[in-house]
Amino acid sequence: MGFAFTLFNSWQAETVKGDIPMTKQKVLLVGHGMVGQRFLEALADRGGLDHYDVTILCAESRPAYDRVGLTRYFTERDADALSLVPDGFMAQPGLTLKLSTRVREIDRHARVVITEAGERLDYDKLVLATGSYPFVPPIDGNDRPNCFVYRTLDDLDEIIAAADQARIGTVVGGGLLGLEAAKALHDLGLETHVVEFAPRLMAVQVDDLGGGLLKDKIQALGVTVHTNTGTRAIVDGEQHRHRMDFGEDRHLETDIIVFSAGIRPEDSLARACGLELGERGGVVIDDYCVTSDPDIFAIGEVALWQGRIFGLVAPGYQMAETAAARLCADSEPSFQGADMSTKLKLMGVDVASVGDAHGQTPGARSAVFFDQSTGVYKKVVVSECGRKLLGAVLVGDANDYGNLLQLCLNQIDLPGEAAALIAPAAGDAPMLGADALPDSAQICSCNNVSKGALCAAIDDGATTVGDLKACTKASATCGGCAALVKQVLDSELAKRGVEVNNHVCEHFPYSRQEIYHLVRVGEIKTFDELLEKHGSGDGCDICKPLAASVLASCWNDYVLSKPHASLQDTNDYFLGNMQRDGTYSIVPRVPGGEITPDKLIVLGEVAKKYDLYTKITGGQRVDLFGARVEQLPEIWKILVDAGFETGHAYGKSLRTVKSCVGSTWCRYGVKDSVGTAIQVEDRYKGLRSPHKIKMAVSGCTRECAEAQSKDVGVIATDKGWNLYVCGNGGMRPRHADLLVSDLSDQQLIRTIDRFLMFYIRTADRLQRTSVWLENLEGGLDYLKQVILDDSLGIGDELEAQMQQVIDTYQCEWKTTVEDPQAVKRFKHFVNDDVADDNLHYVRERGQRRPAYEHERIELVQQEG
Amino acid sequence: MNSSVTLEWKAVCKVDEILPGTGVGVRLPEGQAALFRTRDGQLHALDNMDPFSRANVISRGLLGSLGGTRVVASPLYKQHFCLETGKCLEDETVSLTVYPVRQRGELVEVAVG
Repeated sequence: MGFAFTLFNSWQAETVKGDIPMTKQKVLLVGHGMVGQRFLEALADRGGLDHYDVTILCAESRPAYDRVGLTRYFTERDADALSLVPDGFMAQPGLTLKLSTRVREIDRHARVVITEAGERLDYDKLVLATGSYPFVPPIDGNDRPNCFVYRTLDDLDEIIAAADQARIGTVVGGGLLGLEAAKALHDLGLETHVVEFAPRLMAVQVDDLGGGLLKDKIQALGVTVHTNTGTRAIVDGEQHRHRMDFGEDRHLETDIIVFSAGIRPEDSLARACGLELGERGGVVIDDYCVTSDPDIFAIGEVALWQGRIFGLVAPGYQMAETAAARLCADSEPSFQGADMSTKLKLMGVDVASVGDAHGQTPGARSAVFFDQSTGVYKKVVVSECGRKLLGAVLVGDANDYGNLLQLCLNQIDLPGEAAALIAPAAGDAPMLGADALPDSAQICSCNNVSKGALCAAIDDGATTVGDLKACTKASATCGGCAALVKQVLDSELAKRGVEVNNHVCEHFPYSRQEIYHLVRVGEIKTFDELLEKHGSGDGCDICKPLAASVLASCWNDYVLSKPHASLQDTNDYFLGNMQRDGTYSIVPRVPGGEITPDKLIVLGEVAKKYDLYTKITGGQRVDLFGARVEQLPEIWKILVDAGFETGHAYGKSLRTVKSCVGSTWCRYGVKDSVGTAIQVEDRYKGLRSPHKIKMAVSGCTRECAEAQSKDVGVIATDKGWNLYVCGNGGMRPRHADLLVSDLSDQQLIRTIDRFLMFYIRTADRLQRTSVWLENLEGGLDYLKQVILDDSLGIGDELEAQMQQVIDTYQCEWKTTVEDPQAVKRFKHFVNDDVADDNLHYVRERGQRRPAYEHERIELVQQEG
Repeated sequence: MNSSVTLEWKAVCKVDEILPGTGVGVRLPEGQAALFRTRDGQLHALDNMDPFSRANVISRGLLGSLGGTRVVASPLYKQHFCLETGKCLEDETVSLTVYPVRQRGELVEVAVG
């Protein structure tokens, strides 16, 4: 070749920049699996497609798909959903994908690849990403019909087809993939067995105790596990197709056998063309993924680095990045091995393994926590000096994985006793702050993003988790590291002098809690007064609604009285929820979800009269969409006359108190959950708070009202009410904590009074109770002291304040429709009574909805 | 046609029909405007159509200031538009038309055409 191609002289990497070929070279990628696709993406990201024409030879009939998520195929049966190739990706100039194209031979001398169809393709650079093949143990009869492996979508299709005629399925191999396969067979409705030669399941990742617990858990799910069992032969069965002979008169009859006993590198092409291989297979690569032929790379499970095969996708991705970087003459990153720690959910059981899980390091000592009743096993392995974490095994509860992994990977001095890392309950485990992590710390293992890379992105201007995700891919795959990414962001922004404060906005140098106290102590009654005394500027769309909420929490004036009207977000101003076309939705209060037929008919009649789109909400009420601003008062007039009140669906306030039917009808009901829900909803309706509040009351411990996912959850027992607090559903689910048990009706109300008012006093803007509790110093114990033991001596005050809010309640819609001046504001035009002339609807499923942009164009053309 | 730009002033409402610190929608011969009265009594008029949602809702946005720029926040997706220039603070490529506005006696007039 006519130009110096010094790419592979690893001795002086920085000099190679600029040695990218000037004319386009040909790259052949053999294999289009997860790692192959990542290689293409990395090459494209680095601008490599300007310099290389890449032809991809894929033996399978489908382009790259998510092999890690293969089991999903059994439930979803949607191959496209597993695809890893973004729409339009292969249309980029420089990429040619050949499906169902298997390579027969590599001629390194001629730099030509010959396919099984006889096609000859020449190359300048060759990338082997052929992956691995499932190891099938050399057992007599392993080639009988209905014996499968578990690797490709085609394998799965065959298993699914065979399962139709089968009753029993058996997996040979109790490792990670074997258990995945077992789940698949189980989901297909087969009586499922797992046969494992080793004394325990997941022998590589977990130890005997952990493996034993895992076995118990998996057996409890209906899968029979045979450990210490080797198969000698497979012969015809009597009841079923096969009989697996285990020796000593032990045997198992089964219809289907799936071999999942490990993987072997798919290195036959490399072997045939004389590339250097390891003793037990695998194509030998250096730190730059280059094989013994400088023009051939190997990446993924086919590659052998320092005598090791990496059978996980994350190291494969790192190799793909490395090879792409080398082709683009970038010296970084090189491949430096990979951590094989794993965390996964197997048949609903959390299992994780970190570092030296078996304590093989000389002098290693371990601490173990084992609770058979809850099914939790945790082990940490520490160094001889007791200061460093070497490894860990977690079964049944893997919440500590992230923390332990960082401690282990970064060799950080342990924050306390090793046992405290896994000890349950007695206070929170010592957590690792983001500051303690070195720059090399890997924060996102899916996409191999280090803390240093996050810091660099922050230096380049990233200021939100969203920014970081977009430019580094951190937390873009499994999302497990999102909390850690946020911690790094906050601490790094603070270091850079970007003030991370809890000031509500530029107009008030105070937190919401501080503003609350300023308002209360200073008896401030209006926003203007607050701004004059404690703020600057004109205010904004952050501080105005906040001030309105605080003023309402403290003094509970009519929210649309003149001094407050200009503070309200449009939802509060027009007492409805603005939808995407600028119209509003209407949600009348239906306390406890109990409604008479007459009232239900009124809702139906109103919806019909105004052609409102009607939907039942998750909070047991009815949402009517599509009311124009000038229609709101007349609609609400009808509703108020029929006895409805506003549901405050627009406000940061109590939404609903969901209930099950309880002892009113239910044969299991212990108490009157509906009656209590109505009482509670009527008590706290209209209460303005830092964020919306949801509650529920269940009539027995079957918990049909899902009270434990609410800010306040009440569950009846035969001894009284159990009160749960600070739960959440939605985007960030949190199971509620039990605050107190066995309350009488009266105690229940008093406790909720105190709890809610304490939250309103101390929470930040838009902070739900769940996040508030997590940030409350002292946590649940402190909350119990304040609420139950009255440790701050404010119990009476909290109750009195709540009583004042309750005494001054008014239905904002009733007040509004009775006030002609207030009704006047509900107009679209100040100078005309007509409606907005730019609303367009289409009918769908018998109701109307706002037209989408493309439909609007069509509609306007038709109307025009 | 006279090509010189002549402003035609159109009276739209009385000034006390707009609560200080809020806005109202105004019907113009062609289209809609959002008319605002700030806390200190200044008047501003912008397009009523929110370019991000294509809904006529700008008049229902909250007024405020950001770094000294007086703005209105779209009630749907919360972008801020400068009351003086109509420019969107979050996206330079987007701006709202600004209509000249004046007060004559009790009446507020918006210039059209």
